[in-house]
Amino acid sequence: MSNETASFGEILIYLIGGIVFISGGLFTAWIIRPKRPNEEKLTTYESGEDPLGGAWGQVNIRFYVIALIFLLFEVEIVFLFPWATVFGREELIEATDGLWGWVALSEMFVFIFILALGLAYAWRKGYLEWDKPEIKPSDFKGPVPTEKYNAINHKYSKFTSEQPKK
Amino acid sequence: MNWMTTIFYFFGAITVLSALGILFTRNVLHATFLLMLSFFSVAGIYVLGNASFIGVTQLLIYVGGILILMVFGLMLTTKLNGKALVTENHNRLIGVLLGTVFFSILSYIIIFSANFEMLKSNKTLPENAVEFIGINLMSNYLIPFEIAAILLLVALIGAAVISEKRKEKQE
Amino acid sequence: MSTIIFFLPFILIYTIFAVYGERKISAFIQDRYGPMEVGKYGWYQTVADLLKLIQKEDIVPKKASKKLFLIAPVIIFTSIFCGFVVLPITSSWEGTLTQNGVYFLLAIVSLDVVGILMAGWGANSKYSLLGALRSVAQIISYEIPVTLSVLCVIMISQSLNLQEISYQQGILINAFPDMENVKNYLFGISALNIDVTNWGGVFTWNIFRAPVLIPVFIIYFISTLAESNRAPFDLPEAESELVAGFHTEYSGFRWAIIMLSEYGMMLLVALLGVILFLGSWNTPLPNIGNIMLANWTTGEPETIAGNLWSVFWLLSKALMWIAVQMWVRWTYPRLRIDQLMSLSWKYLTPFAMFLIFVSGLWRLLMI
Repeated sequence: MSNETASFGEILIYLIGGIVFISGGLFTAWIIRPKRPNEEKLTTYESGEDPLGGAWGQVNIRFYVIALIFLLFEVEIVFLFPWATVFGREELIEATDGLWGWVALSEMFVFIFILALGLAYAWRKGYLEWDKPEIKPSDFKGPVPTEKYNAINHKYSKFTSEQPKK
Repeated sequence: MNWMTTIFYFFGAITVLSALGILFTRNVLHATFLLMLSFFSVAGIYVLGNASFIGVTQLLIYVGGILILMVFGLMLTTKLNGKALVTENHNRLIGVLLGTVFFSILSYIIIFSANFEMLKSNKTLPENAVEFIGINLMSNYLIPFEIAAILLLVALIGAAVISEKRKEKQE
Repeated sequence: MSTIIFFLPFILIYTIFAVYGERKISAFIQDRYGPMEVGKYGWYQTVADLLKLIQKEDIVPKKASKKLFLIAPVIIFTSIFCGFVVLPITSSWEGTLTQNGVYFLLAIVSLDVVGILMAGWGANSKYSLLGALRSVAQIISYEIPVTLSVLCVIMISQSLNLQEISYQQGILINAFPDMENVKNYLFGISALNIDVTNWGGVFTWNIFRAPVLIPVFIIYFISTLAESNRAPFDLPEAESELVAGFHTEYSGFRWAIIMLSEYGMMLLVALLGVILFLGSWNTPLPNIGNIMLANWTTGEPETIAGNLWSVFWLLSKALMWIAVQMWVRWTYPRLRIDQLMSLSWKYLTPFAMFLIFVSGLWRLLMI
């Protein structure tokens, strides 16, 4: 058994420790808590209304695209980690007369640049845009004349980015 | 049996059992989460096989990335209207036939391409596998490494184009 | 000795005080008193809350997918708790010695996304599902800048081992194996030829050793706020629109586990940030001439004084970080989801990629 594998034994201790701790807590709670279910209690919460249908349904494609871009970046990062621990090693740089560091850095430059192209493509094509809420101007006519509002807006305009309407 | 072997069989059993669970459960979402368990225990097997970097990568990519993608994909492609997502059986005969053929091809490849002689060799492992991988990526395997970047770029663009088409159809 | 005997009780005690602290801080910011009833100044309020939560009924909605719903909190907590395994606590008490170090931490913490998805889908409630989807999209989007900023530190320190990174940032640098002859220069530039190895203190912290890490530090701080679903990035549990996000349907002790994981995540990112950027368990006080403040407040490794000083500095910095997180939460309004996504993908990620090059150049110029 190598040291590396042995060091994962401790991770296993954490894994088991975490599960045991939670199970212990849940068990304690199970002993002392009441269990009196009724129809009302077991309905899904929907702010006091009776729930209409379930929640399981189609989700927006945005989430899928974001997960996809994330996955590709994650793969890139997996390559970056081993590189990051060796590219600036003094002994390697000395062994190659200072060549190693610059070569490794420029190789990684090319690698990241290609992926940055991908990000730029997704950006340009608008996959990074999220659906923005459309703000519809209300046709509500209040008793306060518009000029009064504009005057107030103008007075505090240095706090907001929007210019008062003329 | 020592500790290592016990843990190995433990992870192996979880892998196989959760894989069987995927086969027999009807609920597709349950199947995906069983797949997570399977991925997780495969990571454990990698670690036991002295490939801890691969094991951690398995966690990062498969459990933290691909699984999320699969769940989103499932949620995206189904019109459920509040019912659980279940599969049904069709075309049993063809299914069994195809399954058997695939299984025999895969087991043939695995058994005959595996180099069991390597088990006997006493090749010493590099002291620090992460550094070893890093140095090799930058020297011996530079071309595959840069090609991987291009592959990732192509995958990104391809995926984006496909989802674009789907989006148009939806609207 | 496994660090679990420290972290498991510590997370619980810290959470009790952090919840109390958060309520008091928010009360101070909003000019109210906060909890005042239970004990003097409401000291036992969270203990009472915890006792109450254990006694509460565990309600599983009838429409929920029972298995997923019940397992999810365990996965969320365990994955975050496993992240603590690689952290060092003192100069001579470290976690596991795996060569993957911080890489393992990032991998295992990304598992809590699966738990959140399970919780949200399993509950079969509209609020839960929407909250879980938002939460997952947010966490995976901000995982990229977090990982890239961690990577910048690794490039400067050339190690994945958090204990080695800790030793590099103080006067004990030469006490670590294989680093007997390493020197720290001011701003990491050897050309300046100002040797700060024996100054210690803030001068050898990573943000001072390589000032390029200051913007990296800011990116890390912002993205970890989003990773732990804290305001101003608390859209997943935006009370005014989603009730409580993915844990709307949870009650009793299961809800407590989810809360515990949220506070555990805050502690984890704070500890990791302190270790990576703010000198880990090293003292902030430098040696000035004959006044050996750094030596006095560090102590030798393996001694009682050394252990106590280092755990004191590490935890006080981390708790200070958490106080800042709370301050931010009660000061800034919540972001909108499109702003959230564009902040991550259009600002933080490209900027972090750029900083990787700068850190690479800096590292090569450091030698």
